[in-house]
Amino acid sequence: MVGIVLISHSRTLAEAVAEVARAMGVGKAAVEPAGGDSEGGLGTSIDLAEDAVRRADGGDGVLLLADIGSSVLTAKMLIEDADGEEIMLADAPLVEGAIAAASMAATGAGLPAVHAAAEAAREHRKT
Amino acid sequence: MEGDAEGQAGGRLDARDAAAWIRRAAELVSAEAERLTRLDAAIGDGDHGHNLHRGFTAAVAALPGEAELAEIRPGKVLIAAGRAIVSKTGGASGPLYGTALRRAGKALGDASEADAAAVGAALKAMVEGVQELGQANEGDKTMIDALAPAAAAYATALDGGAGLAAAARAAADAADAGAAATVPMQARKGRASYLGPRSTGHLDPGASSTALVLRALADVTGRE
Repeated sequence: MVGIVLISHSRTLAEAVAEVARAMGVGKAAVEPAGGDSEGGLGTSIDLAEDAVRRADGGDGVLLLADIGSSVLTAKMLIEDADGEEIMLADAPLVEGAIAAASMAATGAGLPAVHAAAEAAREHRKT
Repeated sequence: MEGDAEGQAGGRLDARDAAAWIRRAAELVSAEAERLTRLDAAIGDGDHGHNLHRGFTAAVAALPGEAELAEIRPGKVLIAAGRAIVSKTGGASGPLYGTALRRAGKALGDASEADAAAVGAALKAMVEGVQELGQANEGDKTMIDALAPAAAAYATALDGGAGLAAAARAAADAADAGAAATVPMQARKGRASYLGPRSTGHLDPGASSTALVLRALADVTGRE
């Protein structure tokens, strides 16, 4: 199953989005938060993000979602440094993208389909 | 470094010089940390000086010891510094400066000493790495507005017969001018871009810190 990693400036934000996404992934999807800097403050830590990728990776690839700024840049660096791992960043809003990705991942779909589901989330209009 | 006393062709950067560059950059960033944070508080999230101080302090701590520096390539020093900065900085400047230094280190490759042309290629690689990662162009009010003119000025100086020290000085001067030119710009990247026209009238903190890093290179190459 495709794993999902949520990179955010805030530890609690990443954890809370992971909680919602796991529920939408009906307990099957592996959703791992990587929020805050290495000291637990606001910021981004590439080390925390790398750990989360290792936890989420079940062998079928990992989809990254990021909030803004350094989270996005950190996700891009993980992809640049990926050593043969299948890893993609979704250009998607964090909450909606994580929910869509977890829902799709729980079906057993591959990484391209999970990535597409996350990116399609930005088209789900609310008004 | 030798043969550069008159700013004529010549001058080389070895692993000790690369380490000295990182140490000097850390000194300048730490000395200016409060000013950088004040600039960032105006249009960013008010942590740039603090973050970079933390990142460059980690980079200095990651530098190899004197004995090892005598054995290794300057490229390896910059890659190690870049890795530490990515790991410890915490803000967007971590991935950006980390990528810049790692790309510079890779561009220097396996040469035990980088000549003036190799350092120019490393500066160009820094610009390309930062642009690839951050997707910013000149005029977007980012570190690229200091870094790109610096690399261009370095290349022009080299074409005109300058050596490493003189070209690095030209790069640092161009970075200063590039940073100053960000004041009237409207930000198109990062937190400042949310402010639209209200981002004008402020010096960009990333361009300002980039100018310090280029000044550090000029300082260490001009020492001998």
